Amino acid sequence: MTAPALTLDGVSCTFVSRDDPSQRYTAVRHVSLKVGSGEFVSVVGPTGCGKSTLLNMSAGLLLPSTGEVHVFGQKLAGINGRAGYMFQAESLMPWRTALENVMAGLSFRGIADARQQAEDWLKRVGLGGFGDRYPHQLSGGMRKRVSLAQTLVLDPDIILMDEPFSALDIQTRQLMENEVLDIWNAKKKAVLFITHDLDEAIAMSDRVVVLSAGPASHPIGEFHIDLERPRDVAEVRTAPRFVDLHKAIWDVLREEVLKGYKQQLAA
Amino acid sequence: MWQLIKPSRRNLRIWQVGVLVIVFVLWHVLTAPGLVPPILFSDDRQAAFFFGEPIKIFSRIWDWFIAHADIYRHLWITLLETVLAFGIGTALGLACGLWLALSPMAAAIFDPYIKALNAMPRVILAPIFAVWFGLGIASKVALGVTLVFFIVFFNVYQGVKEVSPVVLANARMLGASKRQLLRHVYLPSATSWVFSSLHTSVGLTFVGAVVGEYLGSSQGVGYLILQAEGSFDINTVMAGILVLTAFALVLDMMVGVAEKVLMKWRPQAAESERL
Repeated sequence: MTAPALTLDGVSCTFVSRDDPSQRYTAVRHVSLKVGSGEFVSVVGPTGCGKSTLLNMSAGLLLPSTGEVHVFGQKLAGINGRAGYMFQAESLMPWRTALENVMAGLSFRGIADARQQAEDWLKRVGLGGFGDRYPHQLSGGMRKRVSLAQTLVLDPDIILMDEPFSALDIQTRQLMENEVLDIWNAKKKAVLFITHDLDEAIAMSDRVVVLSAGPASHPIGEFHIDLERPRDVAEVRTAPRFVDLHKAIWDVLREEVLKGYKQQLAA
Repeated sequence: MWQLIKPSRRNLRIWQVGVLVIVFVLWHVLTAPGLVPPILFSDDRQAAFFFGEPIKIFSRIWDWFIAHADIYRHLWITLLETVLAFGIGTALGLACGLWLALSPMAAAIFDPYIKALNAMPRVILAPIFAVWFGLGIASKVALGVTLVFFIVFFNVYQGVKEVSPVVLANARMLGASKRQLLRHVYLPSATSWVFSSLHTSVGLTFVGAVVGEYLGSSQGVGYLILQAEGSFDINTVMAGILVLTAFALVLDMMVGVAEKVLMKWRPQAAESERL
């Protein structure tokens, strides 16, 4: 059996305040998670439960306090070179045009036809004529498309996505979700998708993992999504099976969301 | 009638020039001997002695640039000092700023010394530089460098510290090496801060060059002013000041043009047209 694309093996992450070492915050504790190659896994959980921390550890941007991250069976040390990461916040370099941003990864690697490949990808995300615009001249949705092209042009084996569409309006969002599904269908990469939107998680994934409220959050439920593919994220929402799954997951998630909300109120 | 000359965007330039003309006319009227009875002075020649006369000032400038054409040598020296000090100071500030911002330990060690050097009144170094580097252009360049270095240094330092962590993480995920991060993330981010300080630093290097010349030199516009002051030739002093001001403005405009070209990625206020 081949090793899964991404394995989190009992990882915990504790942040220590630099000014006051007695101030510690354990974001996640004892999380074990596997993403098979070609599998689309979503992680849902209440706000502030350490979802992004999980992703940062998978990307190699953050060192776990305990436990290990394995990428295709190999222990991860440093940046995860086989993963592409789509961030929640604005991550484009504002001093590069859209095309130069998409090219960035290829040119860092010294690939000769970087410009050609970048242009192809810009066209693929529907921004063929916008290559010479700077990020501030593009709308939020367009910037997300550039980010998507920037990540996928490198053809990563693992795609990490941190609420990539949370800032978009619902129409743009569904378009982008379908686009991502199409690309994923064609290439069958391993995807670890973080979201707080349960509908989005169910509509897109093979598997949904529910995290408990922080601090020290950990997986409390795992659901296989056996909806047929290919899916259309807007249409699939009305399928009876979708409604059942939504109810089952929401039953687990609701309590955690309330817990997380209370903690935020108390803080 | 008032509708036509009322200040607006359209005739802004005319009004700006108008203010200048009014200032010079007032200056002329108040200083020309015998035009108005002396108010403050006992003798009607004294106003001209203290404040100069615009007509004589302009004829002095005319002589410098056209009739005798003897200012170019001095102007060239002053501009050379300014440009050299500006280039060296900016390069040093950029290098040190990047270095200290990227190695926190070095920054922690040097922090009190940099603060001390910055707090020191550096113009006082001019005589020392004159001793070290002689009365030629080197001592003026050194003074200008000490003035511009700290401005650039602090801005680069700040610029590197304020690089968006997400942009940085993204570049690392895209496979940027340490060198590439420096070249493609830290440097562009720092330059936008440098440019915001460039207008100040160009002005200051100019000040450095002129003050240096003023304290001891054999050529340069500062030297011309010093010579004229020695013989109480107030008109030449004023002419020198006017020439310096004009060139400071030109330098500032050049920085503005460079900024526009290099910083075109920076968001500007929305450009909408009202039809």
